[in-house]
Amino acid sequence: MDHKLKGTSEASSKPSSLMPGNHFNPANLAYGFAQSPKTQSQALPSYHPDNKMKITNPLESSQTVSTPILDWDPRGMLSNLSFLEQKIHQVQDIVRQIISQEGQFSNRAGELAAQQQLVTADLTCIIIQLISTAGTLLPSIKNSLLSTNPMLGAPTAAFGSNPNLNTNQQRNEVVTPEMNKGSEYEELIKSLSASGEDSDELMLKCLDAGRAGGADERIPIDDHDLKESDDGGAADGENLPPGSYEVLQLEKEEILAPHTHFCSICGKGFKRDANLRMHMRGHGDEYKTPAALAKPARGPASEPALVRRYSCPFAGCKRNKEHKKFQPLKTILCVKNHYKRSHCDKSYICSRCNTKKFSVIADLKTHEKHCGRDKWLCSCGTTFSRKDKLFGHVALFQGHTPALPVDLPIDDVKTPNNNNSNNTPELSRGGEAVNGLGGNMSSYGFPSSTSDDINSIDIKGVDDSRGYFSPMNFDSCNFGVLDDFPRPAFDVAENPFSFLPSGSCSFTQRNGES
Amino acid sequence: MGEIGGAPFETLVLDLFSKRRDRLPCPSLRSPKRIRVEEEPSPFETLAEEILFLILDRLDANPLDRKAFSLVSRSFHAAESRHRRALRPLRAELLPAALARYPAVSRLDLSLCRRVGDAALGCVAAALRSTLRSIDLSRSRSFSPAGLESLAVSCAALVEIDLSNATGLTDAAAAAIGKARNLERLWLARCMRVTDMGIGCIAVGCPKLRLLCLKWCLGVTDLGVGLVAVKCRMLQSLDLSYTAITKKSLAALSQLHDLEDLAVVGCPSMSDEALSSLKQGFKSLEVLDVSSCDRVSHVGLSSILNSAPGLRQLRLAYHSFVTPSISSGLQRLSTLQSINLDCSHVTTNGLKSIGSCCTSLKELSLSKCSGVTDEGLSFITSKNKGLVKLDITCCREITDVGIATMTSSCTSLTSLRMESCSLVTSLGLRLIGQRCHLLEEVDLTDNDLDDEGLKSISGCHKLSSLKAGICLKISDEGLVHIGNSCPELQELDLYRSVGVTDKGVTEIARGCPLLQMINLAYCTEMTDESLRALSKCSSLKTLEIRGCPRISSAGLSAIAVGCRQIAKLDIKKCHDIDDAGMLPLARFSQNLRQINLSFCSVTDVGLLALVSVSCLQNMTILHLKGVTPNGLAAALLACGGLTKVKLHSSFKSLISKPLLQHIEARGCSFQWISKPFQVQLETNEVWKQQLQDVVVR
Repeated sequence: MDHKLKGTSEASSKPSSLMPGNHFNPANLAYGFAQSPKTQSQALPSYHPDNKMKITNPLESSQTVSTPILDWDPRGMLSNLSFLEQKIHQVQDIVRQIISQEGQFSNRAGELAAQQQLVTADLTCIIIQLISTAGTLLPSIKNSLLSTNPMLGAPTAAFGSNPNLNTNQQRNEVVTPEMNKGSEYEELIKSLSASGEDSDELMLKCLDAGRAGGADERIPIDDHDLKESDDGGAADGENLPPGSYEVLQLEKEEILAPHTHFCSICGKGFKRDANLRMHMRGHGDEYKTPAALAKPARGPASEPALVRRYSCPFAGCKRNKEHKKFQPLKTILCVKNHYKRSHCDKSYICSRCNTKKFSVIADLKTHEKHCGRDKWLCSCGTTFSRKDKLFGHVALFQGHTPALPVDLPIDDVKTPNNNNSNNTPELSRGGEAVNGLGGNMSSYGFPSSTSDDINSIDIKGVDDSRGYFSPMNFDSCNFGVLDDFPRPAFDVAENPFSFLPSGSCSFTQRNGES
Repeated sequence: MGEIGGAPFETLVLDLFSKRRDRLPCPSLRSPKRIRVEEEPSPFETLAEEILFLILDRLDANPLDRKAFSLVSRSFHAAESRHRRALRPLRAELLPAALARYPAVSRLDLSLCRRVGDAALGCVAAALRSTLRSIDLSRSRSFSPAGLESLAVSCAALVEIDLSNATGLTDAAAAAIGKARNLERLWLARCMRVTDMGIGCIAVGCPKLRLLCLKWCLGVTDLGVGLVAVKCRMLQSLDLSYTAITKKSLAALSQLHDLEDLAVVGCPSMSDEALSSLKQGFKSLEVLDVSSCDRVSHVGLSSILNSAPGLRQLRLAYHSFVTPSISSGLQRLSTLQSINLDCSHVTTNGLKSIGSCCTSLKELSLSKCSGVTDEGLSFITSKNKGLVKLDITCCREITDVGIATMTSSCTSLTSLRMESCSLVTSLGLRLIGQRCHLLEEVDLTDNDLDDEGLKSISGCHKLSSLKAGICLKISDEGLVHIGNSCPELQELDLYRSVGVTDKGVTEIARGCPLLQMINLAYCTEMTDESLRALSKCSSLKTLEIRGCPRISSAGLSAIAVGCRQIAKLDIKKCHDIDDAGMLPLARFSQNLRQINLSFCSVTDVGLLALVSVSCLQNMTILHLKGVTPNGLAAALLACGGLTKVKLHSSFKSLISKPLLQHIEARGCSFQWISKPFQVQLETNEVWKQQLQDVVVR
């Protein structure tokens, strides 16, 4: 029985000693692991309120406090904790055995000593395991100072402070200098896991500390720590010094994926979860309830807004986190647009000028709105897309005059023909590209889609409307007027067909805003 | 040619070419030196050109005098040709010949020429290359940017162009104007198709611009005005009425240090907020017109007035309410000389506060204001005793009391307009003449004026204009006084003053030889006797005898023979006037420009005779029984200078369409009236009653 117990304990202790090595692997750190605090808090009540159990409590509670850290691997953590649970049960069994033995045989000192040694060894193992589990959180702690306080505070208080002192007061004093010493702490843990003897001492200290600071007193401590972290966040929230935010990096495939939300029933993909929810309604009445249709809450309310930035997966890019002068991207949309603009082919070609190429279709739309027509011309030959820019230029330079576009209407008569003859291949190509990205787009329509799935049919439609219905042509054909109100006429012409360009317009605006 | 500096440029209708050419001396001889000696020696030939020029400088505006002068001899003719500075040709077709004769013309007024093609402008540009300074194209059309460009490029001395009403004018034309580097004054009123681009070209091309009128230029926005403000730093006068400018334009304009005259009438974006946002003021502003800006209240006004300390003239017509709060803006304006509050709602306290702020007013206009009381008028006039011009037209709350205090304070009034002040009695009106002896212009239309009042007004010896229409109480007795003591009278309006008869008019004609305009419409007692008397007034230009059924062709003939200057004639509803009256008109009234023949007894013959008057531009021919479609068509075709013809709509189908199109293409516009024929004349009493009904409503 004892042997067996010992054997199992040893056997189970082996992976535990291996585990820290896994979690310190820096490759995993950047991506982080999302661990919900619930798993911990659910695990906690199953522990018995034993004296020895209290050793774990400071650390456990400190972890529950450190909920801001979202991105560690929850499965690894859970397996660690369940392993710990088993281990603690084993120790409990041994201790119960000792208690029962005390009553029956009083003088079996040798056996008792052996059992005590076993308990000591198991407890040491548990402590190391706990510390290492906590250590998985360390890299993200390094990146976000906000979350370090509770994490560092608990262990440093436990290890570094006088066990006789009340930790409530001690913690503040110790924590603040140690704030940025994540790496030191890491070394400490490594040394701990390396040498078993030191850990014995530590364990005792931890025990004392656990006894000194009762569970009741700990709650206000945690609150205090939370507040402190909030203040810190507010203080340096604007400047975002390197390391003050969390960096995420999506893979290329993820960035270029047309859809991010998939229907769990039929597998259809969507760009927005709102659209997915709309789609889900078709799968049954249970998806039509207000709760199912409501926007999912953004995690627990207690979770403070964590500053999160994104890195471009392209090595050597300034937006890549390995770059010396790394400049993070703000949102996922920024990542998508940046990656397409900088590291993808420019497959969309302007059908008007045939020179400008774009990789983001919204950029093409924006360009097409101004390309070729709103040419405000100065006598020096400079052209402007906006009248006020031209007038600013004319006001600035002596002798420059606004120049009237003499051949504008003739030009405009020509352009539709050019478009039709030359640019249809381009259009179809653009359409293919778009279709390749999103298969269901034509049925889906642009109003709810993002910028890059505007149908090629739409582009054609715009051109046609300009070519055949704009008042410009009436001017040039019927009245032979050369330069009468070309611009106002165009603006007016835009309106009757605004249903086409306005969609793209709003998308580009949305892009710009985000 | 050096001595002519300072002489005022004369304007006259060039009627020389309307007659047969061979009657004129040959214009080929330019210099008196080249005249052959063996011809009959004349003492006039010996006069030097300088002396002739001095004589010409002293000739008055009468074109006949100049014509007579040029007919004296060849040298006189040549001297007159080279002396003339201003030209107002009747037809654009005459331009080449006229310009060949008058090489020194600097001011060309083409307002009588409806059609001025590019060829005509090119001719002007070639002939007046160095002399032309001013050209008026405000009534002309059918020229293109090319013609304007030739003008702007060739005539380096061109400083003034009036292109108002050129509604078809485009940015290209504006760009052409921009090539006139020395341009100083430019009117582009109602050039609705000109946009910022055109204005930008003008702003860059004409840096010396001092006056710019962009009224009703709907295509002009802040950008264009802003560029004008940047490029034309010498701008003094700017009219931006009825444009879409906003406060941005005002901010740009406040950078102009010479801006004296600014008009922003009826600009929908002018609001308190726009005016208040002006940080920098218009320090140099002297004349400001913010009429019809509904959104401007005393708040915006006070802020803009505070920024314009040198303001002399303020127009606030159609301002919503004139209350005491308006004085907050006026307080600093001690220099204000003229204020115009036409068509506003005025309170007594508002007038009082204006009176207490402004004490040096010379002109005050409260025309059609509601709420002008005796108290308010008395206060403001007692504070401004130097008032020269006062307009209280249609201020129906004013009584004799107000008139009494006003006349006692403002004794130096020269102009008083008080049409339809219905509460003022004849007693009050007598005070005007008794106290204001300097009056030159009096409008007492539709008042309780009687002969005593006229007698008192006859005390104003400088009286030049008297309007006493719809004064049913006046009679010959009063007019006799006027005729006896107002020798400078030029305008007399007796519209529907039915008490007046031949005797009164005869006295006026005798005593007022300078009479230029007389309105005797619906004075039913008038006979040919009056016209015979009036034919002595040789400078008579406008005669209205509408609805005087006792006047016949004989009287009209007398006018035609005696008053060669006659230009406007209204003989509507003079049933006795027939072809016999038209023939002398055609023969003698070569200056006739406008005539109303409706309801007369004129036939085709008279009409055809009449249209031989080459100046004729405006005709109203309604309900002429004797006029047939063919006769009318022939008349229209014969009269080349017509610009506006009112015809009964029944003729529209009777005259061939190509003919109408041809006449329209010559620059004539038709107005088709479809009123039914009305034989009965309304008696004056009935008419007056109807008028009052309208007023009460």
